[in-house]
Amino acid sequence: MSLLHTIETGLRSLLGHRLRSVLTTLGILFGVAAVIATVGIGQASSDSVTARITSLGTNLLTISAGSTVTSGVFGGAGSATTLSMADVAGLQDRQSAPDIVAVAPVSQGRLSLVSASSNWSTTVSGSTEGWLVTNTRTINSGTFINANDVATRAQVIVLGSTTAANLGAGVGDIVMVRQIPFQVIGVLAASGGQGFGNPDDLGVVPITTAQDELFGGSGSVQRILLSATSASTIGSAYLEANQILLQTHHIQDPSQADFTITTQTQVLSTAQAVTQTLTILLASVAAISLLVGGIGVMNIMLVSVTERTSEIGLRKALGATPVDLFRQFVIEAAMLTAVGGLLGVGTGLAVGYVVPRAANIAVTITPLPVLVAVGVAVAVGLVFGVYPALRAARLAPIEALRAQ
Amino acid sequence: METDDLIRLESITKIYGTGDAMVAALRDFSLTVASGESLAVMGPSGSGKSTLMNILGCLDTPSSGRYWFAGQDVSRLNETELAHVRNRRIGFVFQQFQLLSKLSAWRNVELPLLYRSVGDRRRLALQALEQVGLSDRINHRPGQLSGGQQQRVAIARALVTDPGLILADEPTGNLDTASSRDVLAVLRELNEQGRTIIIITHDPEVAPVAKRTVHVRDGQLVDQVAA
Ligand SMILES: Nc1ncnc2c1ncn2[C@@H]1O[C@H](COP(=O)(O)OP(=O)(O)O)[C@@H](O)[C@H]1O
Ligand SMILES: [Mg+2]
Repeated sequence: MSLLHTIETGLRSLLGHRLRSVLTTLGILFGVAAVIATVGIGQASSDSVTARITSLGTNLLTISAGSTVTSGVFGGAGSATTLSMADVAGLQDRQSAPDIVAVAPVSQGRLSLVSASSNWSTTVSGSTEGWLVTNTRTINSGTFINANDVATRAQVIVLGSTTAANLGAGVGDIVMVRQIPFQVIGVLAASGGQGFGNPDDLGVVPITTAQDELFGGSGSVQRILLSATSASTIGSAYLEANQILLQTHHIQDPSQADFTITTQTQVLSTAQAVTQTLTILLASVAAISLLVGGIGVMNIMLVSVTERTSEIGLRKALGATPVDLFRQFVIEAAMLTAVGGLLGVGTGLAVGYVVPRAANIAVTITPLPVLVAVGVAVAVGLVFGVYPALRAARLAPIEALRAQ
Repeated sequence: METDDLIRLESITKIYGTGDAMVAALRDFSLTVASGESLAVMGPSGSGKSTLMNILGCLDTPSSGRYWFAGQDVSRLNETELAHVRNRRIGFVFQQFQLLSKLSAWRNVELPLLYRSVGDRRRLALQALEQVGLSDRINHRPGQLSGGQQQRVAIARALVTDPGLILADEPTGNLDTASSRDVLAVLRELNEQGRTIIIITHDPEVAPVAKRTVHVRDGQLVDQVAA
């Protein structure tokens, strides 16, 4: 029997049971759409995490207080206040740290800023002039905090572009933080982020002012950011910083270090591993729904073979070979899944179009997962169609004819 | 073996089941049918008529013995080879018509042609329908036809491949007297055109259509009566 006729016969049989065919197709449709949408969301979140981390520059090293693992007990980075301005001074020594170009201590917290016209809650960091270089940021208007501001505990603040816009404040205006007036001396250039964790929504004040006026006068430093002279000197910058801190902290055994230094590459690979795991997890759940859809196809094909037993017998009597019947049923199953797969791609793409506009979730759809999902859908149809088709092919013509 | 023998059964035995449930539906059954003959096979229910028809029609293979069909030993062919023999050389007429209810008359007649490579299937199907007098019903579905008309569509389907043998198992079993007469007339006409016809029946009214009648009892040939 020609392929064209096989397809025509298959279509007629599928259209003969319209509701059933539609429901079976839906199972595949949702499976494929779910795979495409979840992989798209995972891809997008991975992209944005990567973009955000690389925008900080690959030369960045971060020192946090506390070691990640202390004598087998997980301490948690930053859980001990072991970093101080003395460490910062040590790291700024060009003699012992020739590969470190900038140093910026950071103490931050979420605070409410009040301007003449509105108020806005944001992350305020206490830091030094090194902040700008280590964060690879630039000033749009005004100036950044300088050494003098830090030395004199100046009540000045630099705002991110989003924060400035939300407060309706510009250079020269006064912003109240904890009832203390801060003069806006600069506004940062926008870095183009948006949504949760927006890098343009922040305020920076001199670290000395922050320690004394905003964060309870503890004199602590949560993190120290370092910039290596270039991407190729990160390794030596790391060793230099480690050596200096071991000395200033009077630690002989490096394994007992009470601080942790992370490079941007480490942060990036950890973040990518996390988002990748998440994507795989989501895609697996979606793939299971595709599998369930495939089982639905098999179920319907088995019902179809049973219902059409006498038709199969008749076709055999009229000269259909086992191969003819096998092909007939496999093609029917493949048609169900191919249609489901294509509509699933449409639905998946529609989800990828609608979701970023309706909710603040980015979706990145690449051709590979789409092709894989359709391929898997058709493969599912073939695999789950094989058993029912074999049943049809093996039916003895006399038994099949007897069935009424 | 004589060349004009279309069918030659040599000591055919067909056994169903195993152990206690073993039934010998045909025992040491031998029969020869010449090309162009018309034969009626008669016998009571359970005597083995349908088993005989299945073997003659290459729908089933004997447990032992040989079946020569048109000079070829078909008793040991595999399923695919048997399918080719059925498709090219045998036309079936069943008691229950066995038409596909979703297809029109001509689409039903066309069916056997789908399993071989012929162009012009529609023309051949219409020709076959004309032979059974149903040219005005080609687009009707089986549900829109009377029993007699349905059986004539089935005969057209048996004819369309121009087979050497037409096998009819109780072709009038589901028909009223008038329709039966129509159907038998068509079968007789086909035989007169030179086709070999075997009609299986338990109805004494049907048997006279054939020139020769054989009787089957308990899976064995009883006697051969020339009509
Ligand atoms: N598939 C089968 N399995 C077991 N026994 C069968 C089968 N087909 C037929 N028989 C038995 O073989 C005998 C002959 O049956 P059948 O050829 O159908 O007779 P008829 O058509 O003359 O009524 C019966 O005893 C029947 O029960
Ligand atoms: Mg019978």
